[in-house]
Amino acid sequence: MTQASMTTSAAQAMIAMERVEKWYGAFQALHDINLSVRAGEKIVLCGPSGSGKSTLIRCINHLEAYQKGEIRVGGTVLGHESKTIDAVRREVGMVFQQFNLFPHLTILENCTLAPIRSLGLSKAEAQGRARKLLERVKIAEQAEKYPAQLSGGQQQRVAIARALCMQPKVMLFDEPTSALDPEMVKEVLDTMITLAEEGMTMICVTHEMGFARQVADRVIFMASGAIVEEAPPAEFFTNPRHERTRKFLGEILGRH
Amino acid sequence: MGPDEYLFLLAGLKWTVALSAIGFFFGGIAGLLVALARTSELRVVERITAGYIGVFQGTPLLMQLFVVYYGLALIGLKLDAWVAVSIGLTLHASAYLGEIWRGAIEAVPKGQTEAAKALSLNYTSRMRDVVLPQAFRISLPATIGFLVQLIKGTSLAAIVGFTELTRAGNMISNQIFQPLLVFGIVGALYFIMCCPLTLYGAHLERKFAKSAR
Amino acid sequence: MNYTLDFTPVIEGLPNLLLACLGTFLLALCGMVLAIVIGIGGVILRDSRFKPLRWLVIGFVEVIRNTPFLVQIFFIYFALPLAGIRLDPTPTAILALGINGGAYAIEIIRGGVQSISKGQMEAGLALGLHKAQVFRFIVLKPALRAIFPSLTSQFVLLTLSTSIASAISAYELTSVSQRIESDSFRSFEVYFTVTLFYLVISWLMMRIFALFSARYFNYPVK
Repeated sequence: MTQASMTTSAAQAMIAMERVEKWYGAFQALHDINLSVRAGEKIVLCGPSGSGKSTLIRCINHLEAYQKGEIRVGGTVLGHESKTIDAVRREVGMVFQQFNLFPHLTILENCTLAPIRSLGLSKAEAQGRARKLLERVKIAEQAEKYPAQLSGGQQQRVAIARALCMQPKVMLFDEPTSALDPEMVKEVLDTMITLAEEGMTMICVTHEMGFARQVADRVIFMASGAIVEEAPPAEFFTNPRHERTRKFLGEILGRH
Repeated sequence: MGPDEYLFLLAGLKWTVALSAIGFFFGGIAGLLVALARTSELRVVERITAGYIGVFQGTPLLMQLFVVYYGLALIGLKLDAWVAVSIGLTLHASAYLGEIWRGAIEAVPKGQTEAAKALSLNYTSRMRDVVLPQAFRISLPATIGFLVQLIKGTSLAAIVGFTELTRAGNMISNQIFQPLLVFGIVGALYFIMCCPLTLYGAHLERKFAKSAR
Repeated sequence: MNYTLDFTPVIEGLPNLLLACLGTFLLALCGMVLAIVIGIGGVILRDSRFKPLRWLVIGFVEVIRNTPFLVQIFFIYFALPLAGIRLDPTPTAILALGINGGAYAIEIIRGGVQSISKGQMEAGLALGLHKAQVFRFIVLKPALRAIFPSLTSQFVLLTLSTSIASAISAYELTSVSQRIESDSFRSFEVYFTVTLFYLVISWLMMRIFALFSARYFNYPVK
């Protein structure tokens, strides 16, 4: 890659966060966040609880408002007016820790609701798209069931399919395996790995370090609302530069 | 509205308080029996009390007062209107309180009864010393809520023809032709009685919800 | 005691009584619809950013909940003409029932909306739905399901309190029965029969609500 194309791709970063700051009242949740994610890049965000990693990704689709700095998704500057927020949310998929499937809608309806209501797809189109994606997360035969009839792992795979139905350019994962029973973690991670291999741009808040090693282009460590360290996984795990990173890795890898 | 009118309203208010107190007191005693019968685990007794509760919760209080009022006259009991209304309110309250307290008794964890049984306590002691005190606490917000409903319900005695607060208001309003003023004052008097109870009930509910967490 | 029950006036008045049952049913139904409208509107105002509006709703709810319906219906009955509004007794009764039921509905609906976890709304927003769409497609049904039992018992209470509308001679079962009673003096017979009618009406109401619930809330929950 030439120097010139490098700068172009940096300028056309899929996600760019510049000097982003966020407060909850007097408490500063994010300090001077600068982060640029290229198309197709996979980022793993980790850090102790309360370090601001969830807050960071929730700023990207404006589930949390930020007070200073700038966030750009695709070419769009994420303002605070609903027009750009909607535009960004249509491009950014999100998967939550608690799945947040809609209990009163079938699996298929969970997947078609937003494509119909937000993108204006016909019911048939949306259903076709949904069935294909449910197939991909290996859950097509459950399409007519309701969320409460599925296991946690299955629900989370549906949540991934539901987000993909919007054909997003970026996927955000907010601790997608933390609420799962241990035996269900793998099926969700496998789905995420497949997605990564297909070239999706991903930002994952997770403590699954095996996943980070396998798919991440960069691992970012946060503490107290700031980015402490970022490095490719090989370097991050073998040679962490900061004391806090070492301590965190010691705890988290010691546990597993 | 002169002093005479105010005094007349206060006399009506006195009866509203009296009817509420009588209905709540005797209705409470009868309601406890209803609740115990409803949770007795004797099929027939449970069915009968369920029917009793269903009838009172499925018909208007006004009709209950009418039926009791004329029914008592029919069997030859010549009673003062306030006695007939009190009996009607007592029956009404016994059904509602019985249902509230049934729910509360059933909300006490089963392990409590089992533990009491394992300690060889008999039914009376199990209920009096273990289950009812806990059920009482659980039921308190709903019980207070019903007391408010009962105070407001005494106003229906006015339609039966007994002069409590609402009927006193109605009579004055017919005399001085200022219905909004009179019913405004009447409403305010009810509000003064009921609002503290409502607030206290809501306070207890929040408190219990917090401690349950 | 040598009184013999005589149900002849009741039997003769049966067509009128049955028609009046329909009147009670319709009165209750209209009252409920109005109560729901006031309830939803009230919930929106209750959480408005404009503080005086919030206090107005809170005050409204407390005044209605802490005063008898009979006093409210008298007040509205006399207040409307003074405000230049001429309404027949029956529409006046519907208005009073709607206002009374609406105050309770505000509290109930508000509880239902609050019972929906924040994650549900966030998931909807993250999918690019607007706030109104999130309410319509994601919050509404589960919230209704959560409040349906208390809404049902509140509406049965509303149905029963239609009898109080007889105080302003609205067209419903109690006022018709009072007319038959005063013509025949068979008070017990008339009121006993009418009480049974009410029992059937409230039982029907509960069946309708249960059927609706079974049909509309047919999704499983954990």
